[in-house]
Amino acid sequence: MLKIENLEASIEGKKILKGINLEVKKGEVHAIMGPNGSGKSTLASVLAGREEYEVENGSVEYLGDDLLELSPEDRARAGVFLAFQYPVEIPGVSSTNFLKTAINEVRQYRGQEPLDAVSFLTHLKDKMKLVDIDQSLLSRPLNEGFSGGEKKRNEIFQMAVLEPRLSILDETDSGLDIDALKVVSNGVNQLKSSENATIVVTHYQRLLEYIVPDYVHVLYNGQIVKSGDKSLALELEEKGYDWIKGGSEVTA
Amino acid sequence: MDISTDMHSLKQEADIYLEKHGLPDRKDEEYKYTPLSKLIEKEFDSVVETVDSLASGKIEKIIPGWKANRLVFINGQYRDDLSVIVDESGLVIERLDNSDQISQKEIEQYLGQLAEPTSDPFVALNTSAMTSGTVSKVEKGSVIEHPVHLMFISDSSQGKAKSQYRNLFIVGENAQVNFVESFHTIGDEISLSNSVTEIVVSKNSVTNYYKLQIENDGEVHVGTSSIKQLDTCVFNAATITLGGKMIRNNLNITMESERCEANLNGLYLVTGKSHVDNHTAVDHKYPNCNSNELYKGVLDENATGVFNGKIYVRPQAQQTNAFQSNKNILLSDSATINTKPQLEIWADDVKCSHGCTTGQLDDEQIFYLRSRGISKEKARALVLYAFAMEVIDNIKIEGLREYLDERIAERLG
Amino acid sequence: MSKDDQILQEFTSKEYEHGWTVDLENDSAPPGLNEDIVRFISKKKEEPEWLLEWRLEAFRKWQDMEEPKWPNVSYPQINYQDIIYYSAPKQSAKPNSLDEVDPELRKTFEKLGISLEEQKRLTGVAVDAVIDSVSVATTFKEKLNELGIIFSSFSEAVKEHPELVRKYIGSVVPANDNYFAALNSAVFSDGSFCYIPKGVRCPMELSTYFRINAANTGQFERTLIVADEGSYVSYLEGCTAPMRDENQLHAAVVEIYAAKDAEVKYSTVQNWYPGDKDGKGGIYNFVTKRGICSGDNSKISWTQVETGSAITWKYPSCILKGDNSIGEFYSVAVTNNMQQADTGTKMIHIGKNTRSRIVSKGVSAGKSQNSYRGLVTVMKQAENARNFSQCDSLLMGDKCGAHTFPYIEVKNSSGLVEHEATTSKIGEDQIFYCNQRGIDTENAVALIVNGYAKEVLNQLPMEFAVEAQKLLALTLEGSVG
Repeated sequence: MLKIENLEASIEGKKILKGINLEVKKGEVHAIMGPNGSGKSTLASVLAGREEYEVENGSVEYLGDDLLELSPEDRARAGVFLAFQYPVEIPGVSSTNFLKTAINEVRQYRGQEPLDAVSFLTHLKDKMKLVDIDQSLLSRPLNEGFSGGEKKRNEIFQMAVLEPRLSILDETDSGLDIDALKVVSNGVNQLKSSENATIVVTHYQRLLEYIVPDYVHVLYNGQIVKSGDKSLALELEEKGYDWIKGGSEVTA
Repeated sequence: MDISTDMHSLKQEADIYLEKHGLPDRKDEEYKYTPLSKLIEKEFDSVVETVDSLASGKIEKIIPGWKANRLVFINGQYRDDLSVIVDESGLVIERLDNSDQISQKEIEQYLGQLAEPTSDPFVALNTSAMTSGTVSKVEKGSVIEHPVHLMFISDSSQGKAKSQYRNLFIVGENAQVNFVESFHTIGDEISLSNSVTEIVVSKNSVTNYYKLQIENDGEVHVGTSSIKQLDTCVFNAATITLGGKMIRNNLNITMESERCEANLNGLYLVTGKSHVDNHTAVDHKYPNCNSNELYKGVLDENATGVFNGKIYVRPQAQQTNAFQSNKNILLSDSATINTKPQLEIWADDVKCSHGCTTGQLDDEQIFYLRSRGISKEKARALVLYAFAMEVIDNIKIEGLREYLDERIAERLG
Repeated sequence: MSKDDQILQEFTSKEYEHGWTVDLENDSAPPGLNEDIVRFISKKKEEPEWLLEWRLEAFRKWQDMEEPKWPNVSYPQINYQDIIYYSAPKQSAKPNSLDEVDPELRKTFEKLGISLEEQKRLTGVAVDAVIDSVSVATTFKEKLNELGIIFSSFSEAVKEHPELVRKYIGSVVPANDNYFAALNSAVFSDGSFCYIPKGVRCPMELSTYFRINAANTGQFERTLIVADEGSYVSYLEGCTAPMRDENQLHAAVVEIYAAKDAEVKYSTVQNWYPGDKDGKGGIYNFVTKRGICSGDNSKISWTQVETGSAITWKYPSCILKGDNSIGEFYSVAVTNNMQQADTGTKMIHIGKNTRSRIVSKGVSAGKSQNSYRGLVTVMKQAENARNFSQCDSLLMGDKCGAHTFPYIEVKNSSGLVEHEATTSKIGEDQIFYCNQRGIDTENAVALIVNGYAKEVLNQLPMEFAVEAQKLLALTLEGSVG
């Protein structure tokens, strides 16, 4: 589904990603862990097409297409979903209105008819249960005045509504209490299928107790320095990131 | 100072402008709420510029106790006997008509350039006369311990008085200085003062500028202070008005570089028939500059307050932060406030806001205090005092702060 | 060229959608303005003597007045002698029903998307359409008649209800109020008149559609709305004009009178031709709108969505004379390319416990200049007056300007006046967020701007709100990256 080869990217002349290689297949869950500043969020942003980042080298293949050639909206329409670490507030625009616009853009791209009001609302209702989101949240302006937990939950709710092929969760666990974390994870797990894939970007192992990854990669200093199965996350938690830092210096 | 050709042409320019435009009336948007020309024509047309002051006994009493480099002027005349300089190094203060340490060239580089004679009729009037006043310079890297205090006294005990002052203040790179101008009155007759102050602020310097009006109800004052921030630097100002018949203060700040900061504060606390008009303008010409403005007013009896704050953000001045706030309390139904906060913005990546409120004392607050046993009068005074202190607390000279604190407490009872 | 600039430029080539002309035979006066023209207009309209006198008086005053120079707009000197002051589409006889209306004319409305038939059938909106200067047809008349509501063209009202017109004309906006109001008073050719009798709640939205068609004409319509005690009416006004190279003048007057307990809601969607991207052509929209809350507990609410005109100069105002009366002003003003707008409101508090609320949302794009100018006055006798004003500006690109000129005058200590203003831009992160959900940049801008203006759009009646939203999106397509 996704094949990243030797990806190098920089922002404002500063190189952040220094040759990433990663392959994600249908049905898989990958976790990317790493200390602050290792390039985790940069990777998520580059995949989503944030324009401040300049790709200097490498390629990203997504479902057989060159992902880097696509505009951010076309990536989204092709099924790439980024759950933002810091979802932005858009005053006056209700979540419902926002999602309706988004879903119909995506459907149009896929050659589907726009959803009428009734089927759209039915669709929303179904998905609301998944993340236990309150109806009133939908009529409020997008993310405005939402608590941190509400914002994160709303991201997963949008993911459920838009039904992406590849979901990238950027530090979705940061700032969440344990109950909210369970709700969010539960949502993600229910959306999992043999046809889609998930990349979970996180600093802590805790989230991975709820969203169990097939693979764990450790990102440090712009490169994946270690890959393994879920036990790697536990090992990392136990030994701390210094373990990796020391190790990478040795191998470097 | 000898009149050079440059100076001569400046005066000429002023005269031509005055002849053409005269003094402003109500039709002039800038003087819409403060019709000075009629009053000035009626009261001061035949008054001679200088009236000798005899009231020397009273003068000592009004000179404040805090230590400063202090120059005293009465009715336009410099009083050497009352003046004192305490900081000898890094600071030069000279009289405009008698300067030798600060070169003619340096003076001409700035004088009339920050406050251009054609920018305002009263500036033109001042430029046309330009006899009395000061030129000061803070040397590069100097931190001046005591404030520079210019005291201007209108003595009308011998009849109507009229005076004009022109001051130029040059702050060198990396220097720090506090600069105070205060206006006072003696006598019961009506008096007029028209002052223009130009302040040049250089790189990395910090300048605090305070203008005080501690006047009786006979003083008519028009003053323009024009500040140029040449390079990355900080300029703080406070304008405090506690009395006067008709007061108009213009404070214009131009930022000529990136990363300038200006903080403007104002307080007008007046009663009787006082009329106080504050016009401010902050011109953001370069990116990444900040300005912050807070003007507060308390108007009692038949007093009138006017506030006009302009913020300009020019097309290239991206990442500007400019905030402005004007808060007023009317204590009487005969008091009036006219306020016009004005934003003019040509750049898109900016954070600008202004707010203004006009209201009365918060009944809830007063009631709360009364329920704790404080009398109604005392409660009112306490709340107003707190309202005023938000401005006074920003003043960096301890002696001056105490001096104002006393006067405000006394005024509020 | 950065991506932002590219998008900006693509957008600026966007054409004006309503820019077409229809060949209607016009019955026009020669260009120029003098007493004879005023007499000509009055005669054409078969007006009574008192109205001719009123016009002539206005004309004489106008001659002594000067064009205002204080607005924050600039335009070349207008030659008032080059303008045609009267232009009526020719019709053989007065139509008795819609079927008799000139088919060319009907087509015009259909192109505008306001086919009278459809309006009548589907929306239940009663429409009075004014092309150039003359009122063409008023729908739903009979239905309104049953309730005693008068809704007709101004000229018809002059003939059929001269006592009402005479009583109220110029009572809110005096003939010599300002330069453009005086001009209108002298030469107004038609407009709408509306009277809601005591205690009647008008069951449908009343609507006027204005259109300037002929070249070189000025449009000077006049609207007078009188809401008698305890009545209610919601009034809509829409405007369009064809594309033309030269500038055309529109100087209208709207007067609203609200008696005790009456409520009038006046909504405008103004989409006059704004000129091309270089500022060529476009309408000069110099309009005086004012309402008086004359009786106690009365309310006047202005809502405007201003997207058109080369220059807009208008300040819908409320005089709050009655005790407990309420004035509201909700405005979205969008300027793009070379457009200039100087608009806002005046709230004059005279009565006790009067309330006013101002919500102004400016959006500037291209090289346009957008100014809010507002006055809030609390008179000495206005005990317990309250005003809250919120003026926000949104800038798109760095070649436009947003200006705020609020005047606040308070003469009563029990008054509480609050004013807040902010300036912001559309955040790149907001657009990226939308992109990431599959929404392209143009739609993202439309979504964000509509969100920004929501507080105002919510005030519009449903049919109008949809049109206004589309208009905002259209006006701003591609204006930000």
